[in-house]
Amino acid sequence: MTSQTAKADDTPMIEMRGLNKWYGDFHVLRDIDLTVQRGERIVICGPSGSGKSTLIRCINHLEEHQQGEIVVGGIPMTQDVKRIEQIRHHVGMVFQHFNLFPHLSVLENCSLAPIWVQKKPRREAEELAMKYLERVRIAEQAHKFPGQLSGGQQQRVAIARSLCMHPEVMLFDEPTSALDPEMIKEVLDVMVELAEEGMTMLCVTHEMGFAKTVADRVIFMDQGQIIEENAPEPFFNDPQSERTQLFLSQILGH
Amino acid sequence: MSKLTLNTTPVDARPAPKRSIGAIAWLRANLFQGPINSVLSLLAIWALIAGLTPLIQWAIIDADWIGTSREACSSGGACWVFISARFEQFIYGFYPSELRWRVDLTFVLFAVMIAWLALPRLPAKKLAAVLTLAVFPIVAFYLLHGGLFGMPTVPTHRWGGLMLTLVLAVVGIVAALPIGIVLALGRQSKMPIVKSISVVFIEFWRGVPLITVLFMASVMLPLFVPTEVDMDKLVRALIGITLFQSAYMAEVVRGGLQAIPKGQEEAAAALGMGYWKRMGLIVLPQALKMMIPGIVNTFIALFKDTSLVLIIGLFDLLAIVQAALADADWLGYSIEGYVFVAFVFWIFCFGMSRYSQYLERKLHTGH
Ligand SMILES: Nc1ncnc2c1ncn2[C@@H]1O[C@H](COP(=O)(O)OP(=O)(O)O)[C@@H](O)[C@H]1O
Ligand SMILES: [Mg+2]
Repeated sequence: MTSQTAKADDTPMIEMRGLNKWYGDFHVLRDIDLTVQRGERIVICGPSGSGKSTLIRCINHLEEHQQGEIVVGGIPMTQDVKRIEQIRHHVGMVFQHFNLFPHLSVLENCSLAPIWVQKKPRREAEELAMKYLERVRIAEQAHKFPGQLSGGQQQRVAIARSLCMHPEVMLFDEPTSALDPEMIKEVLDVMVELAEEGMTMLCVTHEMGFAKTVADRVIFMDQGQIIEENAPEPFFNDPQSERTQLFLSQILGH
Repeated sequence: MSKLTLNTTPVDARPAPKRSIGAIAWLRANLFQGPINSVLSLLAIWALIAGLTPLIQWAIIDADWIGTSREACSSGGACWVFISARFEQFIYGFYPSELRWRVDLTFVLFAVMIAWLALPRLPAKKLAAVLTLAVFPIVAFYLLHGGLFGMPTVPTHRWGGLMLTLVLAVVGIVAALPIGIVLALGRQSKMPIVKSISVVFIEFWRGVPLITVLFMASVMLPLFVPTEVDMDKLVRALIGITLFQSAYMAEVVRGGLQAIPKGQEEAAAALGMGYWKRMGLIVLPQALKMMIPGIVNTFIALFKDTSLVLIIGLFDLLAIVQAALADADWLGYSIEGYVFVAFVFWIFCFGMSRYSQYLERKLHTGH
């Protein structure tokens, strides 16, 4: 593990400098500079289509950027497949639509990557999976298939699946926006606990209550740019930019 | 302001009312709804009776079933004696009679494997798949061909009939599947060379009729292998059929791959899985399930197409029946021969078609 050496605690978890990305001619990310320290919790918000998903998907190279650099846990991102996979080992991701593997049981969903990527023995991987399924309070469903669970339960399994890889940072892309209202809280509760345990987190979400209680910083994006970045208290009470004010008034409904 | 209503008495669940349709009501609703429908229904019924009566008369009522030679056929109907007298040859070709148990055993093993794979109730599908794809072909080869444990060798030019048809179709489909998967993955590849090779390969074979492929396989393949290797005629046909079939299989696989949401591969990638693990553990297992109806349909098409091998001198079911028609003892019974061939093909294809429809329904509703 060459990465261990680069893991000194003062290196930032994520560094993005001068990041630019285009889809064809469409300039989707513009001059993004963002540094995330270890243990920091960041919430990203902004109107639909502003590039929030694209931004966090660049961090584990689900999207490729064309300009600028990204360093994750001290490892600079390159085109090299091995390098990308190495970075992905340290980065967990939770998707809006859960993306659980429907042909595998909940337990298999969680133990698959530890077995095949980290080469853990099956027994050990399953114990690990059970440990995290208990943490997200869904251990009793371990032998069901994802299709038999509610949305909130599926999203909690997805979080456990990510945690089984012992990530150093977790990326959340609107983890509650595909859920029925009564299920949002069970997922947010798990995320809050995760934050309290000191996990480095980058969450794209419009759950402003979550942002206020958990975030160290809130970032507002619009049209591919970071417009405003502040601690939650001043961000919500005293937004500087007009676009932020407009967005907040729309989302908070007053 | 609307008035508040509050209802706290629970309503017990009741069974849904039964819809009762008697035979008369059914006839009226489906066949005799209005004058035009009635006329059309009567016409259709008349046509069915007019067409089927002589057929049934010929094939069943007037037919001769028992006997050993053409003397037994005197009643003017179909002479099924011809089929029963030659039946063994139609099934086994020129396979030595005392060794035919080996063919039977192979067929039985195959039927057991297929039942194991196809019947949802039976457990350990993965083991069954591995056995069918990896172990069964080897066992089947040594059973049919011999040469192991002192079993006499039966050269492939003695194989024939239904047995050969099944060998061609099954080997064709089983060998084409992995090649088809590789081609379909290649076609999606981001590497331009891999992609273009796959596309050219697929489009080439899809654009050539099977009959041409078989001619090419029997004439051209020997040009590519060293002369000291005497390539078996059956092997040549199998190579041709497999390459041809793999192009179609690739398109079936591609359809299956496209049906899997992109999020699946992304989730696997985010967990640090490399390409082959993403494909092998996440995408293909899901895609294969959706591909089964397509694979079965391709198999039906191939099963019927195998009879083209008669043009390169292999005696499949159709060819061997045709050869028997030329026998001076049985001249004049070609209708019986062709009806028999059609019937055997139909039984197999109909069975597979029903199975694939059942699967489609199941995939549609379940997981
Ligand atoms: N694969 C793609 N190809 C082309 N345009 C895309 C693609 N993905 C996203 N976009 C566009 O990029 C913009 C930003 O998308 P996204 O990052 O998903 O926004 P957000 O998550 O903030 O809603 C949107 O306008 C979207 O239409
Ligand atoms: Mg988004």
